Amino acid sequence: MSDGDGEAREFGFHTRSVHAGSRPDPTTGARALPIYQTSSYVFEDPESAAAYFNLQEYGNTYSRIMNPTVAALEERVSNLEGGVGAVAFASGLAAQSAAFFTLLEPGDHVVASSALYGGSVTQLKHFFRKLSVELSFVDPDDLDNWRAALKDNTKLLFAETIGNPGGNVLDIEALADLAHGHQTPLMVDNTFATPYLARPMDWGADIVVYSATKFLGGHGTSIGGLVVESGEFDWANGRFSVVADPSPAYHGLPFYETFGIYGYLMKLRAETLRDLGAAMSPFNAFLFAQGLETLPLRMRQHVANANAIAQFLEARDDAERVSYPGLANSPYAGLVAKYLPRGAGAVFCFDLPGGREAGLRFISALNLFSHLANVGDAKSLVIHPASTTHRQLSDEELAAAGIGPGTIRLSVGIEDAADLIWDLTQAFDAIMEA
Amino acid sequence: MDLQRYQQPHVIQAALAQRRIAIVGLSSNQLRGSYFVGYYLRRHGYEIVPVNPREQEILGKKCYPSLSDVAEPVGVVCVFRAPAAVPAIAEEAIAMGAPYLWLQYTVISQEGADIAEAGGMQAIMDRCMKVEHARYRGRMHWLGFNTERISARRRLT
Ligand SMILES: Cc1ncc(COP(=O)(O)O)c(C=O)c1O
Repeated sequence: MSDGDGEAREFGFHTRSVHAGSRPDPTTGARALPIYQTSSYVFEDPESAAAYFNLQEYGNTYSRIMNPTVAALEERVSNLEGGVGAVAFASGLAAQSAAFFTLLEPGDHVVASSALYGGSVTQLKHFFRKLSVELSFVDPDDLDNWRAALKDNTKLLFAETIGNPGGNVLDIEALADLAHGHQTPLMVDNTFATPYLARPMDWGADIVVYSATKFLGGHGTSIGGLVVESGEFDWANGRFSVVADPSPAYHGLPFYETFGIYGYLMKLRAETLRDLGAAMSPFNAFLFAQGLETLPLRMRQHVANANAIAQFLEARDDAERVSYPGLANSPYAGLVAKYLPRGAGAVFCFDLPGGREAGLRFISALNLFSHLANVGDAKSLVIHPASTTHRQLSDEELAAAGIGPGTIRLSVGIEDAADLIWDLTQAFDAIMEA
Repeated sequence: MDLQRYQQPHVIQAALAQRRIAIVGLSSNQLRGSYFVGYYLRRHGYEIVPVNPREQEILGKKCYPSLSDVAEPVGVVCVFRAPAAVPAIAEEAIAMGAPYLWLQYTVISQEGADIAEAGGMQAIMDRCMKVEHARYRGRMHWLGFNTERISARRRLT
């Protein structure tokens, strides 16, 4: 909904990708989003300064806590996601740790999907141990696993819309119902889907986190992350005194009572971002906002290419276990139809029967796919976990992590599908010739 | 209840164009939400008329025990009270000729809204006057909130 002179209109996703959060600059009229490269802001007068620090007025004080360029990105992402607001961070993992830190206390318990991005698994294990928060990992595919893991002190459920790299698709609505029955929020990492392919809040998720580093930016130039909140969770249900009670870290301010549906996000910004300090730089925010302008266009091409390549691999005898959830015979086909009708993302794995040796040769022969440890770039990317991120592991240990010695992970870019298929074909040929 | 019927942008903006606001249930405690709203609206040039039987003066203004004690005309009656208190407040608001009844977050009263509308008022419900001001005229966008405002027109702040 929006207005020029009070007339309401529901603008479409493409319009919002280009415009949300970024009106022409009031001072200069600049049409592009200005990069406010400043650490701090001059106060109009002492009373305004006091009002800003007391949070009685929306005002800029210091760029560790807020910045107009970063705010434009935050509003754009929260608008596309359908949340009440967002807070940006220096990386996806910084966003996750801040989201956790804001709502958890020592002695709480979190249930998380075991199919998360490896860096998230490591983060949860180490971070929660240091915070004295209990952690249970569950296989996300069966709701009974989640249900069985719930405890009296469970304060959060956490999973990815599309798991990295296994491609598990989350039954968001069922999990949100389970969480809410336990008066607990559901947090979803929507990095692989982006709001163009899936909007977890439409299905009941309360908090959505992003690594903006991937598809949101799409250019692979910057590291960043965001937390978006729906404003619908009742933090005053008696289980989240850390959000609802007067805060000792902000002169006794009761964030949820004072700011209502904006309370969690105000606390996330005014306390957690202030204290953890992992702010996004204005320049990175500019690059991410620029990238978002083409998000729907890019995602359509990513998904079309991923489908074409998955089908190409599926038809070959020398590619096994193609994990793309968008394939018609995927065990996740039903969930894809419900949650990802525009496509199941562009990251997936397949196995080379020749193991580590074949994996190395395949990678070396590729021309267009960049061999690196990232996903979600406009450029196609590839990695062979057994010789890089997971090279210290034995074949048995790899198997436990769901990775084979010949597993290849692709992040399909927006080049011409025919060129990508040409590249993969000649890499398969190179294995044969060896 | 169809809350959206009481959250229409053109009604909200017309209410924001009023200048004198009676705040029923305004607290003098600086950490309460009502004080945040009163402080903010005063900062933005509104004249605040506090209504609270337990207070003498709030935000430097004389505090009235009830709405019917307020002699001057007000444009908006903004309510921070339990929903059960709203019907009586709506009656008083009609009697004083106020054009808008504004019920803050969680102050949800169909009966109160019906009374107000039957008395010629327009009702806004489950919306915060501070947030809506910040959305349309202020700086809500500075803190990454979703204002849902999309426009290529140059704005003033
Ligand atoms: C699904 C997912 N979530 C979170 C992250 C972490 O994001 P960042 O690298 O921006 O901290 C990644 C990074 O690979 C990821 O793939």
